[in-house]
Amino acid sequence: MKILVCISKTPDTTAKIAFTDNSTKFDTNGVQWIINPYDEWYALVRAIELKEKDSSAVIHLVNVGSADAEPIIRKALALGGDEAIRVNADSHDSFFVASQIAEVAKQGNYDLVFTGKETIDYNGSSIGGMVAELLDLPYVSLATKFELSETKATITREIEGGEENCEVELPVVVSAQKGMAEQRIPNMRGIMAARTKPLKVVEPTSVTPLTNVSGFGLPPAKAGVKLVSPDNVEELVRLLHEEAKAF
Amino acid sequence: MSVLIFIDTNEGHVKKASLEVMSYGAKLADQLGTVAEGVALGTVTEDLSALGKYGVKKIHHVNNDVLNHFDAQVYTKVIAQVAEKTGAAVVIFSNNVDGKAIAPRLSARLKAGLVSGAVALPDTANGFTVKKNVFSGKAFANITINTAIKVIALSPNAYQVKTGGGSAEVVPFTTNVEPGKIKVTNVTKASGEVPLTEAEIVVSAGRGMKGPENWGMIEDLAHALHAALACSRPVADAHWRPHNEHVGQTGIAIAPNLYIAIGISGAIQHLAGVNRSKVIVVINKDPEAPFFKAADYGIVGDAFEVVPKFTEAVKKLKGS
Ligand SMILES: Cc1cc2nc3c(=O)[nH]c(=O)nc-3n(C[C@H](O)[C@H](O)[C@H](O)COP(=O)(O)OP(=O)(O)OC[C@H]3O[C@@H](n4cnc5c(N)ncnc54)[C@H](O)[C@@H]3O)c2cc1C
Repeated sequence: MKILVCISKTPDTTAKIAFTDNSTKFDTNGVQWIINPYDEWYALVRAIELKEKDSSAVIHLVNVGSADAEPIIRKALALGGDEAIRVNADSHDSFFVASQIAEVAKQGNYDLVFTGKETIDYNGSSIGGMVAELLDLPYVSLATKFELSETKATITREIEGGEENCEVELPVVVSAQKGMAEQRIPNMRGIMAARTKPLKVVEPTSVTPLTNVSGFGLPPAKAGVKLVSPDNVEELVRLLHEEAKAF
Repeated sequence: MSVLIFIDTNEGHVKKASLEVMSYGAKLADQLGTVAEGVALGTVTEDLSALGKYGVKKIHHVNNDVLNHFDAQVYTKVIAQVAEKTGAAVVIFSNNVDGKAIAPRLSARLKAGLVSGAVALPDTANGFTVKKNVFSGKAFANITINTAIKVIALSPNAYQVKTGGGSAEVVPFTTNVEPGKIKVTNVTKASGEVPLTEAEIVVSAGRGMKGPENWGMIEDLAHALHAALACSRPVADAHWRPHNEHVGQTGIAIAPNLYIAIGISGAIQHLAGVNRSKVIVVINKDPEAPFFKAADYGIVGDAFEVVPKFTEAVKKLKGS
């Protein structure tokens, strides 16, 4: 049983969002970096739980990024990954990243590829689907539960206004979200062990990105709150109806 | 050349998100000097030709039972064939649950650049640049697509539904559809409720409600407004409410017309998922709650007193 977990580096959720170079680059000044929460809390932890049930399972991590992603990769190893592969490239666009991951996946012959449902910086929700297409594998997105018996996965996924249970034979690509697992904190033993776990660096395959970022911007600030007295709730409803035309 | 729109259905009914995508696609087709066409998969119980009023001229209907269960791999193959046959220059999805699964697959299959979570019409004056949300709604990015074919997944509630077109020509599209590898065993739907991502009004509550036993008044307000329910993360973590109601940076991102936040402090991670709402109302007993800075309207007061009055006032307004 070989599991590949995709790990992305994102700014901390409280990071100040600002841009430099004429609004073409994210300002990384003072930013703390974390593992994308969906990758860490749900995809990785679920993979670790599967390994806890089946000790023959191995978990590989893959990151497409420069050397400054290594601290977060080490953290993922400390949580319980066995081995990591870093594709040494800046992430140009989702197709570029997905192509690199697909290449790693092909070479490693994985039974299961886990991604988070999206990254909290680019919000693309596209890596899982693209990887699945490039590998010609089935894709179950937005999974909230994942069980395995032998080579059959039983998965619950979100659909509009409800959920769906499905079964699929491995190999499969799955994107994970809340419900799959609970966040864990790496322990001392894990942190020590992570230092000596293999972290392989491979060079990217040549892929032309399909898109590029031409600029960033910030949403306009709110005009300010209009306060209504708690003794006059009818006035709020009137404002919402007549002024804001909200219903 | 055409603009091809994926018409997403649920048990044979066209989703509201698809009406937005058709309106958006029709406008884009105008802008590019071409026509908007649709593709619908599986059994559709509605009259497809009536969708012409949203601006689509022709709808390719692949009426094959295999397609009555959603499988991104199978759907992608079929949509790719339709796109090829119609010479689609742009293929548009809603960035809803289904769109998030198919659009990236189609993008990789056709090597067509994708922008997911688009919030505005593309700027086609000089290239093809689409505005999308990034950093969970804290910023936006303009993404330029450099390939001949483009794929866009439009954020729900980002584009107004527009009518005015005539009737669409419905043409059957036959192709051999191989069943997918995913076997759906059970579907559970909260019937009668408004799906959170499609809802125009969302009533959301946080830890200020003290416990799950106090949600009755929240449900009453939501009911009076035909709103969907949401909650903050600690509320879902404590199992006061189901996970699928958790909104925010690590939950569901929404952009309704009206978001009513009750007993929620307005932490940065919460705001990230809801700050694209057009109008935000905050009810909180703490005048210093950060949420007031992101709000349009607010009441500083005790939710337990304000919410029932709110519901009464809404009922009175709607009754009259
Ligand atoms: C990495 C990370 C990701 C996160 N992601 C999310 C996310 O996606 N979504 C999310 O919501 N949070 C998220 N959080 C948590 C977030 O930081 C806050 O802790 C959380 O949003 C607080 O929830 P709350 O507002 O319900 O509770 P509290 O912060 O406890 O606020 C309760 C509020 O209720 C008010 N109140 C109390 N009693 C009453 C009353 N009787 N009437 C009126 N008002 C009352 C109080 O004044 C207070 O403002 C995340 C945190 C981290 C670190």
